[in-house]
Amino acid sequence: MDSPIVIDRPRRGVNRRLQTMITCIVLLMVAAGILLSGEWIPSDAVTPDFSRKGLSPSLEYPFGTDWLGRDMLLRTLKGLALSLKVGTIASMVSAVLATLIGAAAATGSKWLDAAINWLIDLVMGIPHLVLLILISFACGRGLTGLVIGIAVTHWTSLARLVRAEVLQIRSQPYIMVSRRLGHSTGWILLRHILPHILPQFVVGLVLMFPHAILHEASLSFLGYGLPPDEPAIGIILSESMRYLTGGMWWLAFFPGLALVLLVLLFDRLGENLRMLLDPASAHE
Amino acid sequence: MRLEAINLGFRYSAQSPDILKALSFQVKAGERVGVVAPSGYGKTTLVKLLAGYEAPTDGRVLLDGAPLPQKGASPVQLIGQHPEQAINPRWKMRQVLAEAGQLDTPLLSELGIEPAWLERFPRELSGGELQRFCVARALYAGARFVIADEMSTMLDAITQAQVWRCLLAESERRDLGLVAVTHNPALAERVCTRVVDLREINHVAG
Repeated sequence: MDSPIVIDRPRRGVNRRLQTMITCIVLLMVAAGILLSGEWIPSDAVTPDFSRKGLSPSLEYPFGTDWLGRDMLLRTLKGLALSLKVGTIASMVSAVLATLIGAAAATGSKWLDAAINWLIDLVMGIPHLVLLILISFACGRGLTGLVIGIAVTHWTSLARLVRAEVLQIRSQPYIMVSRRLGHSTGWILLRHILPHILPQFVVGLVLMFPHAILHEASLSFLGYGLPPDEPAIGIILSESMRYLTGGMWWLAFFPGLALVLLVLLFDRLGENLRMLLDPASAHE
Repeated sequence: MRLEAINLGFRYSAQSPDILKALSFQVKAGERVGVVAPSGYGKTTLVKLLAGYEAPTDGRVLLDGAPLPQKGASPVQLIGQHPEQAINPRWKMRQVLAEAGQLDTPLLSELGIEPAWLERFPRELSGGELQRFCVARALYAGARFVIADEMSTMLDAITQAQVWRCLLAESERRDLGLVAVTHNPALAERVCTRVVDLREINHVAG
């Protein structure tokens, strides 16, 4: 065996930390781009035009057109932007809620802990969709109801995780050291405990994101979510089901692929953020 | 100044056996007391009570006749056995020292802490290196009593000597009271002005 030993050496000047950061920035920019494109595409760009209905993907219409002659690329972009908006807001609210509740349960009195645990069990016990439909319906269908509904149903598992994590960190010797050095509970919570929760928060957020989008889609499909004239990705997908048998595969393929890619993008983003936040890999 | 334990008793719950019972103990400023006993005789429990990490079941821990302050910086500082648990793994060493206000002190070079270490995370340092930080932290400006619980057990001989020399010099300079818990009678003989055998002052039955 006389093959030379190959040492995997990073390019000079670009270490792994920098690479990770660049990846994060690029991913964030893609997400921002999708969000902005959804805002910028005028709604008359997706008005029906029967002179071009049912076209398969071509250079002019990369994602093809649908049975009403609407450009699927533009519709997909608009749908992704809307899903992104719902997903981001809802999972953000939900994750913040989970962190606050979880931390309160871990640091508060026994009574509060028991009450919060009971609440978590209660919310977990009710099927998401039922609760979502109720809340969304009560808030008068549309974006607000959806966001509130998703936020109120998705915080439970993350709250449990945060509670356990805070309990575990609170018993660490360095917390006691800090206390005996005269630091207040608030200071310790802010400087010692919250930074430990951050990775859980980020990962929780990322995991909640696809759930939020899918629940948004299923609610819209059932007619309790967004109105049909708003091209959410869930609506696009459910509508296209009827035309798949007619051979219009691109109606479901491209929006579905785009949704998967968007979810993957958030997954990568979470992974890269975790690497930056975790001391075990932060300096690599 | 005087740190004393009066009639101290400790057990984990009402049903569990006594770990400490009717234990009285005293350290004065400037005094260096060694506490020796085999494993499982309550050495660590005693220092946890002395440093206010745990509350005693019976008896009291007094500092100059008054109970240990529960709030604010404690004059009694504990250096534990496991430095890697006593330091937040997410903090850089600079933050760890800043927490105790010990960033600008000649102590750091005396302890052999390299300036480059300040920008590292705990996992990027060895146990011996971390323990030096714990010592520097415990010797913060408000410390009057320092309790070293098997602090040098996991250090190599040279590091042990260096850390102890620094701790002794500093306690001399500031007239600190020192409690050294150890398995090592030779070390206790060498460092302390007085050695106490926990088996003699702890009145646990059986």
